[in-house]
Amino acid sequence: MRRILSVLLENEPGALSRIVGLFSQRGYNIETLTVAPTDDPTLSRLTVTTVGDDRVIEQITKQVNKLVDVLKVSDITDGDHIERELMMVKVKADTTALRDELKRLSDIFRGLVVDVTPTTYVIQLVGTSAKLDAFIEALRSEAEIIEVARSGVTGLSRGEKSLRF
Amino acid sequence: MMSGAEMVVRTLTQLGVKHIFGYPGGAVLDIYDALFEASDIEHILVRHEQAAAHMADGYARATGEVGTVLVTSGPGATNTITGIATAYMDSIPMVVLSGQVATSMIGEDAFQECDMVGCSRPVVKHSFLVKKAEDIPTVIAKAYHIAATGRPGPVVVDIPKDIVNPKESHPYIFPDSINMRSYNPTVKGHKGQVKKALQVLLAAKKPVLYLGGGSIAAECSDLITAFAERLNLPVTNTLMGLGAFPGQHKQCLGMLGMHGTVEANKTMHNSDVILALGARFDDRVTNNVKKFCPNATILHVDIDPTSISKTVSADVPIVGSVKQVLSDMIDILDSTGESLEPAAMASWWSEIQVWREQKCLSYAKSDKVIKPQQVVEAMHRVTNGEAYVSSDVGQHQMFAALYYPFNKPRRWINSGGLGTMGFGLPAAMGVKVALPDSVSICITGDGSIQMNIQELSTCMQYGIPVKIISLNNQALGMVRQWQDLIYGGRHSHSYMESLPDFVKLAEAYGHVGIRVSDPSELDEALEKCFSMKDKLVFMDILVDQDEHVYPMQIKFGAMDDMLLGKPKAE
Repeated sequence: MRRILSVLLENEPGALSRIVGLFSQRGYNIETLTVAPTDDPTLSRLTVTTVGDDRVIEQITKQVNKLVDVLKVSDITDGDHIERELMMVKVKADTTALRDELKRLSDIFRGLVVDVTPTTYVIQLVGTSAKLDAFIEALRSEAEIIEVARSGVTGLSRGEKSLRF
Repeated sequence: MMSGAEMVVRTLTQLGVKHIFGYPGGAVLDIYDALFEASDIEHILVRHEQAAAHMADGYARATGEVGTVLVTSGPGATNTITGIATAYMDSIPMVVLSGQVATSMIGEDAFQECDMVGCSRPVVKHSFLVKKAEDIPTVIAKAYHIAATGRPGPVVVDIPKDIVNPKESHPYIFPDSINMRSYNPTVKGHKGQVKKALQVLLAAKKPVLYLGGGSIAAECSDLITAFAERLNLPVTNTLMGLGAFPGQHKQCLGMLGMHGTVEANKTMHNSDVILALGARFDDRVTNNVKKFCPNATILHVDIDPTSISKTVSADVPIVGSVKQVLSDMIDILDSTGESLEPAAMASWWSEIQVWREQKCLSYAKSDKVIKPQQVVEAMHRVTNGEAYVSSDVGQHQMFAALYYPFNKPRRWINSGGLGTMGFGLPAAMGVKVALPDSVSICITGDGSIQMNIQELSTCMQYGIPVKIISLNNQALGMVRQWQDLIYGGRHSHSYMESLPDFVKLAEAYGHVGIRVSDPSELDEALEKCFSMKDKLVFMDILVDQDEHVYPMQIKFGAMDDMLLGKPKAE
């Protein structure tokens, strides 16, 4: 099962490599990974999506928690949560018909065209990973995709539940 | 005000470090220069950095104190990796100080540059790269704190050369206390869980106490013995747990697992409640986890949450120190006066007695050739079972674990997790340096001893009179045993065709060498060996090449599926 783990860790050089290393060393999957400092600049928040049965996820959570640089770990998929991923897609847009169709498609998915040249568009889209996948599928049948950049998943628990130090 | 190099030495002194095992080189010359003046610290110059790590490891295992290693950058640092990994697998407290090229040169592939923090990352509890000279006291103090607390382990401190520059002075501030918001190991077990575990245990008809290395690290053998005696529990130890409960106690069933005794493995397999203290249900214990102890409710106490339910699910998990949890359990017993049902226990013990009577450790002696088991038994006799025994890895290790009962903790020093050949001699040296009045034995074989034999030279330089008991079967015995049993007797590259003359070799290094091949001369030779208190004696004991270690679990079977001797040829 796909899980989203949120990790609060010291914003120190090497802290990220310990987490990434742990995953490869113990044979766990990393599907996506995002990391950045929090409102407290001494802390980073890392979000990792991984797959595994309950037992594997329990081990991953415990192993990550054991790292000396890590303050807290939470599996936000345990409860109600919001997840988002940001994607930018560069597509070929060199005819008027194609440009109209791409704009329409982007609007349907509530995307934004953020860069325009005579031959290309860059469309920005925010949503769940599934929505981003669906947009790519829809684009593929209409236009030539030149490149795709995705941020990886980040997310928060809904309501009062939080991951703070 | 002082230089970074002086700070390193001052900090170590202030932390109470008495011994450093190390090897100088370019990146640490400034630290070595500062060490030249230090009168409170003895430095042991090794012959290979791997051995320095094993010595610090043996030192730590025998005393419970943190072992200290100091090496230079690049090859000096990478040579310690096997030693660090060995300590990591067995949760041994150790601090490795490694030199690094100057900060400005990091990443430029400078001479003797190696990313030590990166190299060691998978095998350390934690690591530091020192960024500023002012940080030295705090970083090193943190390293010792992390190494020794919670589940102990090795910590690397990588120190770039510019940080220890003797021409620069900085204020020296030693931290009053260590506070790390991200590191607070749980020591006290959850009250409700402790109570629940004890209730399950008290309702058991066929309980067993299963002790691992954590029960030695917890320094509470007296508590363990009191608890086991009070409830009349059968006790078994892992390879790492030997000595946590007296090996010759009537309730001790000996070691369990791959080469465990029949009584230990049968008791585990047939138990209804297992109380595991600081043990981690390692594959060399459980055999096939799917068939592991089918009727047992598992109560698991460990200071490291990741050890719980990793391979075998715990029914009642307790995160905490074995010492704290046991003393809480004893308090509850004191207040309630409860005990196990005597009739059930009597019947359980009589069942166990039947397994014991199989005498699975009996073997046939010969008057022509020395049996390895008999060497260990003789060694036990001659040393009154009081020696510190450091082992290498292989058949001799299992023979020592089975035939030398340890009545006290920290006497059995072996690489249980990583299984590092070459560990024995340096570990025995570390023990002897820590405890000069003790008898420190290295039990080894003709394969293992050659993996760090250069340390005979260090022993001569510093007068470290360990006793080397080498069971020489002219083969890699455990490899050969598996080849006999699993590979149809095809001895692929497990035969040592050109062994050195170990007696002459010992003599070449300035020590005493004794060769024995006649069983009738064994005891006398060993007595001679142990009577030479100030001499390193290398006993080259020629033993039966065809002897196997039994019992031996059958692969993919349950705990108690065991071979008790060589299978009869069909």
